[in-house]
Amino acid sequence: MRLIREFEEHCLEKALAGTIVGGIHPYIGQEAVAVGVSACLRADDVITSTHRGHGHVLAKGADPARALAELYGASTGLNRGRGGSMHAADVSLGIYGANGIVGAGAPIAVGAAWAARRAGRDDRVAVAFFGDGALSQGVVLEAFNMAALWSLPVLFVCENNGYATSLPVDRGLAGDPVTRAAGFGLTAEAVDGMDVEAVAEAAGRAVDACRAGAGPHFLECATYRFHGHHTVEHLMGTKYRDDDEVAGAWSRDPLTRQRDRLTPEAAAEVDTEIAVLIAEAEAFASSSPGSDPGDALDYLYAGLVPARPGA
Amino acid sequence: MPSLSYVAAVNRALRDEMARDERVCVLGEDVSQGITGLTKGLAAVYGTDRVVDMPLSEQAFTSLATGAAIAGQRPVVEFQIPSLLYLVFEQIANQAHKFSLMTGGQAAVPVTYLFPGSGSRSGMAGQHSDHPYSLLAHVGIKTAVPSTPSDAYGLLLSAIREPDPVAVFAPTLLMGASEEIDDDDLEAVPLGSARVCREGTDVTVVAVGHLVPVALQVAEGMAGEASVEVIDPRTVYPVDWETLGKSITRTGRLVVIDDSNRMCGFGAEIVATAVEEFGLTVPPVRLSRPDGAVIPYALNLDHALLPDGRGLAGAIRAVLR
Ligand SMILES: Cc1ncc(C[n+]2csc(CCOP(=O)(O)OP(=O)(O)O)c2C)c(N)n1
Ligand SMILES: [Mg+2]
Repeated sequence: MRLIREFEEHCLEKALAGTIVGGIHPYIGQEAVAVGVSACLRADDVITSTHRGHGHVLAKGADPARALAELYGASTGLNRGRGGSMHAADVSLGIYGANGIVGAGAPIAVGAAWAARRAGRDDRVAVAFFGDGALSQGVVLEAFNMAALWSLPVLFVCENNGYATSLPVDRGLAGDPVTRAAGFGLTAEAVDGMDVEAVAEAAGRAVDACRAGAGPHFLECATYRFHGHHTVEHLMGTKYRDDDEVAGAWSRDPLTRQRDRLTPEAAAEVDTEIAVLIAEAEAFASSSPGSDPGDALDYLYAGLVPARPGA
Repeated sequence: MPSLSYVAAVNRALRDEMARDERVCVLGEDVSQGITGLTKGLAAVYGTDRVVDMPLSEQAFTSLATGAAIAGQRPVVEFQIPSLLYLVFEQIANQAHKFSLMTGGQAAVPVTYLFPGSGSRSGMAGQHSDHPYSLLAHVGIKTAVPSTPSDAYGLLLSAIREPDPVAVFAPTLLMGASEEIDDDDLEAVPLGSARVCREGTDVTVVAVGHLVPVALQVAEGMAGEASVEVIDPRTVYPVDWETLGKSITRTGRLVVIDDSNRMCGFGAEIVATAVEEFGLTVPPVRLSRPDGAVIPYALNLDHALLPDGRGLAGAIRAVLR
């Protein structure tokens, strides 16, 4: 959690400075979800993530230096500078990518689980992370149906941070998430998404059950994003949460809660270790080269396409 | 003279049409907050039952607008990202567009689709940088890409008043633009009427959206070298063939600059029709994104795939040689 928090703080600074172009959707406040769930995963499990994806990608084991390099557009980045914040991926680690389209990752996770079964490996779990807003996307509900229909090892993790951009969840969603998921035949429960141990405990049960062939699971994690929807939000002149609400959420900061469970020495050790990692990531990312503009279409196709005349 | 920004012009058109016609309503994500700027302040004036925040259900709310339009409303639907068009292509191309003919003319579908922030957003990468107006032109949806605030105002007015579905794309690179204009001079701009932005005799440049000011700048810069006529078609479907034809027949030379992918893009259509109909004296040139372009994240790679003024100057010299 400390790694994600510090990584995101660093990104906020670099987005403001313009080193990171396009801005980011900060994950600050929601760290316990990515970390609690990923603690239950194996290296060969798959995740799909969202526009707010740095936390998931790092928690699943992506190299923070290459993640930062990606955000700097460097050729050493996770996606060789082609993807940026919203598409960060490391397929070799089962990270099938952040995603710029809300809800888009859920059926991709179902596809990964389906493929694992076909390969005779359905002890592999696929986790789809998405927000409360994504519960209104048709594809997410269609993905629930297919996962349940074929009893696939998928864990759907809904991070309910109370808002889809400016839309409060009670103005976007009829009914409640757990009941909705249960209606599709998913084994569904809600958990305090700002308590990493509670998340890990619930996710652990769900992941074990998925591996054991008990079919898809759904976890609603109640959480909060401490910052704006996106780093340019302050330019949009929006006001949809009052200051007391945001301050109240900080008092439930998942990092503080976990820190209180550690000895001061252990906590200080984590802080030092993370400070070193961030410094190393910055050194790596800022000294990495970009790509030649002539290579802008590299990787467009895996196969060949004949050149057109004049090109 | 007062200055009108592009975003304010769109906002003004929405306000004016809502005041004029109570059937006009605005549907979209975060529209009551006006996150894209286009709908800012509308909810306070017209209420949240006319400026309605939608759940993240684009497919459903696009066709909800179709149903509401058949039933007599005049919905304006805002999409936060132009690539959401890919989600709702069925609802636009296969439902809204086809309803009139399929019902033998029993029902019209007067819906306006607003796509702000179209084209590269400089660092928003693959899924947020498309400028997909050519797709709608291909299908036959009436589609405007206004290049100035007053055109944005005037074309949106016409879009809302049109009895058919109409899409309006607001290019990212113009959303900060502004223009000196008197309120009294704002008026509806008919769909399918091109504007000759600059007269010239040697070559016709057809430019779309944010590339119109680029073309004008290039034309000015080359004034000592060549007399360049710049035409903004304003709507990519329908096309004002009469205005284009007159110009191209007179100059005999054509360059099209258009921020679509090359294959089957808007530029291809202009070039093909010019070759067929307008008596070109030299082969035309089109500037576009490459075939199948996916915009990479790194800024230098993003920019490398977009048509620009330097390329345009080269193309103009090539057809003049
Ligand atoms: C299909 C789709 N619709 C709209 C958007 C624009 N958009 C990006 S994030 C977002 C809100 C997402 O809310 P939620 O799923 O709750 O995730 P959160 O941002 O709260 O993490 C919206 C509307 C998009 N990227 N994709
Ligand atoms: Mg949310």
